[in-house]
Amino acid sequence: MFQANSMTLITGSADQTAKLWNVETGAQLFTFNFDSPARSVDFAVGDKLAVITTDPFMELNSAIHVKRIARDPADQGGESVLILKGPQGRINRAVWGPLNRTIISAGEDAIVRIWDTETGKLLKESDKETGHKKTITSLAKAADGSHFLTGSLDKSAKLWDARTLELIKTYVTERPVNAVTMSPLLDHVVLGGGQDASAVTTTDHRAGKFEAKFFDKILQEEIGGVKGHFGPINALAFNPDGKSFSSGGEDGYVRLHHFDPDYFNIKI
Amino acid sequence: MGDVLIMNEIDATANRLGIDLLQVDLDSIQLPPGEDLGIISDDEDVYEDDDQEVESGFGNIIVVDNLPVVPKEKFEKLEGVIRKIYSQIGVIKEDGLWMPVDPETQKSLGYCFIEYNTPQEAELAKEKTNGYKLDRAHIFAVNMFDDFDKFMKVPDEWAPPEHKPYTPGENLQKWLTDEKARDQFVIRSGTDTEVLWNDARHLKPEPVYKRSYWTESFVQWSPLGTYLATVHRQGAAVWGGANTFNRLMRYAHPQVKLIDFSPGEKYLVTYSSHEPSNPRDANRVVINIFDVRTGKVMRDFKGSADEFAVGGTGGVAGVSWPVFRWGGGKDKYFAKLGKNMISVYETESFTLIDKKSLKVENVMDFSWSPTDPIISLFVPELGGGNQPARVSLVQIPSKEELRQKNLFSVSDCKMYWQSSGDYLAVKVDRYTKTKKSTYTGFELFRIKERDIPIEVLELDNKNDKIIAFAWEPKGHRFAVIHGDSPRPDISFYSMRTAQHAGRVSKLTTLKGKQANALFWSPSGRFIVLAGLKGFNGQLEFYNVDELETMATAEHFMATDVEWDPTGRYVATAVTSVHEMENGFNIWSFNGKLLYRTLKDHFFQFLWRPRPPSFLTPEKEEEIAKNLKKYSKKYEAEDQDVSMQLSEQEREKRRSLKNEWEKKISEWKRLHEEEKMERQMLRDGEASDEEEEYEAKEVEVEEVLDVTEEVEE
Repeated sequence: MFQANSMTLITGSADQTAKLWNVETGAQLFTFNFDSPARSVDFAVGDKLAVITTDPFMELNSAIHVKRIARDPADQGGESVLILKGPQGRINRAVWGPLNRTIISAGEDAIVRIWDTETGKLLKESDKETGHKKTITSLAKAADGSHFLTGSLDKSAKLWDARTLELIKTYVTERPVNAVTMSPLLDHVVLGGGQDASAVTTTDHRAGKFEAKFFDKILQEEIGGVKGHFGPINALAFNPDGKSFSSGGEDGYVRLHHFDPDYFNIKI
Repeated sequence: MGDVLIMNEIDATANRLGIDLLQVDLDSIQLPPGEDLGIISDDEDVYEDDDQEVESGFGNIIVVDNLPVVPKEKFEKLEGVIRKIYSQIGVIKEDGLWMPVDPETQKSLGYCFIEYNTPQEAELAKEKTNGYKLDRAHIFAVNMFDDFDKFMKVPDEWAPPEHKPYTPGENLQKWLTDEKARDQFVIRSGTDTEVLWNDARHLKPEPVYKRSYWTESFVQWSPLGTYLATVHRQGAAVWGGANTFNRLMRYAHPQVKLIDFSPGEKYLVTYSSHEPSNPRDANRVVINIFDVRTGKVMRDFKGSADEFAVGGTGGVAGVSWPVFRWGGGKDKYFAKLGKNMISVYETESFTLIDKKSLKVENVMDFSWSPTDPIISLFVPELGGGNQPARVSLVQIPSKEELRQKNLFSVSDCKMYWQSSGDYLAVKVDRYTKTKKSTYTGFELFRIKERDIPIEVLELDNKNDKIIAFAWEPKGHRFAVIHGDSPRPDISFYSMRTAQHAGRVSKLTTLKGKQANALFWSPSGRFIVLAGLKGFNGQLEFYNVDELETMATAEHFMATDVEWDPTGRYVATAVTSVHEMENGFNIWSFNGKLLYRTLKDHFFQFLWRPRPPSFLTPEKEEEIAKNLKKYSKKYEAEDQDVSMQLSEQEREKRRSLKNEWEKKISEWKRLHEEEKMERQMLRDGEASDEEEEYEAKEVEVEEVLDVTEEVEE
């Protein structure tokens, strides 16, 4: 996860650490140590704080850690400002809400939670009936942080209000969703996914048929798909200028897609 | 204490009956066989209600009457003879054979009881030995022990049956009167079974009825669509009705596995297979034939699986289903393949025609004409070529052979009847002279013509393997998929063209197709050439009149293709054989995708069949000729609906967009309000356009290498 000025990068790893890096030189600036694999990382507005999630490991439950980020790497310390515990199973994503007042988390137990950063209390939880039915794999924030998109193995993606946790939209697809992203330019939502590991032997042997599916954000209808990967898609990201996007897959490839002029004229 | 009480009871009973206990020779008392010693259990009345469900405990006992009355010396010999007969049928339980003796004469009473381990064996024994001639004077009369109870209950005086008031039934055909002329279909996904209308105008299905756990295994429509049958542990049931699906009748048959309706929906055949008590024996098969409307058992068949699995390869439960094939129109006859015979029964009395089966040595397969009481049968080659194979057509009930043809060097044979009974195609695989490979040809019988002429057809390349064959329903054409390459060819032939009236002629061959299955429209003229399994769901909608492709499409991983009964729509489905993308698609007859429904754990898609039209063929022709006149009315309706549709769609989109706009402006407002705070978080950086990014070009100087040059 990059800082807003793209000078510092924060990464989380299964080696039970999260690290700060200097983007220009590639040098490691600081290492945060944990007792279990670190998974999701996000810088707060202003980059003075970062949230890091850790996986459940042996007897340890999963947790959400808030760390202060110093301006000068030399001043960087390792203690947590706040640690949030509670969700069952792995937390796959945790991000900051508007104005850093809240932290939004989502994971294996299919529930989206909003926590108060000040008190550490759980403020809101998504409704079991209308929410996701299986592990939430991915979460993408809108540029202005007002809403966010979650993708789940239950073959759907949902759009939520970041402040009220109101469920606004649901996009239904045929495959478990591993990655989601929103276009910064048009009202498009992109879902990427694949198949359960258990279904691997029934893999589509038409090569290159795993698709990144585009949906109209407002009408919830599928617009089309971009094929190319021959394994499940695990990561998606739009170029901030909205004119291209990249996808990464189980097949070991990262694909960069540039939109042709017709893309910008799509009408359903 | 307990013993004393019981003795008192015995004393009391003895006194009442006038028996002097001291005179009774306890050793001569023979206890009846069975665990309960013939003592009726206190809760016997519980059993009376549902005699299907629970065994009385005597279900495995039979009574054999009309045995010779013999003196003590001959007991062992008689017992031995009986034991020999009855242990052939099943395993007689230990001490299961009891021949009571008249205490006065010391002779046998002329009957005996035999107990088996299972009721199935007992019933089989009863069937097989009832009427057995031990000698001229002694013909066995065998009954189930339980039946005696039933016979005893028959009152001496006949009382006329109660007169039940008439309750009018529902109009079971109501669904055919749908104003929009829609068809229904049933789907099963997960634990739900749903019946829906195919509303093609609105491009979506409309629910009729839904129920969870409606069936315990599968559902099946009756052939004319009147009933939906469900299958449960205790038997089968049928449902139907005017507007809802009420349960109309139940058919008790424990552990039923398969069902089959007679084509006229008068009868329902149910099948179950049971483990034998001796594991080396074949399974025991029970088949019941019920009258659908009354639920009465018209006839049952019981036997070992060997008797029912002749010819065909063992299917789901060891037999090829259906075991009984119906024919002759109006549910008149049903027939079963046996060893060296075909058993044809008629439904007046549910017995064999002429009381005996049609004997055909080595018969391998048979098939009814769909319309007439004619059976085609196939007898393979015998004696290494001494007796050639042959195909015969036999008229029922006269059993007269109408036509036959000898075939030489035959390795295998399959029979295909055309839907109106006009033609029979027999696919014959023959050995080449070297016997190393086979080539295929077709014998085409023209049934309705005088003397039933037979024509031989060989493909252009007669070594081609035949992958699929299908007659055009109600038509004169057939399609064949043939070839050995990964993309086979498809050829169309006609039995009757303008140029060749009495000869089969080829219409066209389509080369290199991704197809392995043929699906003709039920009204003919159009066909779907499908590539299922390995081809992953390729679909080609082909017009056979014009000999041109109307559309090609794909339903990825489709496992099933089914035309609706009117031939207007095609359903393709992906069932739970595959993990993902379960659900079904509805297409128009010319290959346009109308709508798609996804359903996880999808098991079945079945169109509801329609009964044949009441229109005469002349009237149908008249309508086809004047189609424009009739279609005008419907076109107007369609227009209205589609206008409605887009109006609805537009409304929906408008409201969605409005809602969204509201949200966006709300968010914008909050964002503005929070702007000050955000700036503070960023230490005063007034980056208003934090959504945008700035591409800055940064020059970086990197020291690559330092070398010192020393000047000499």
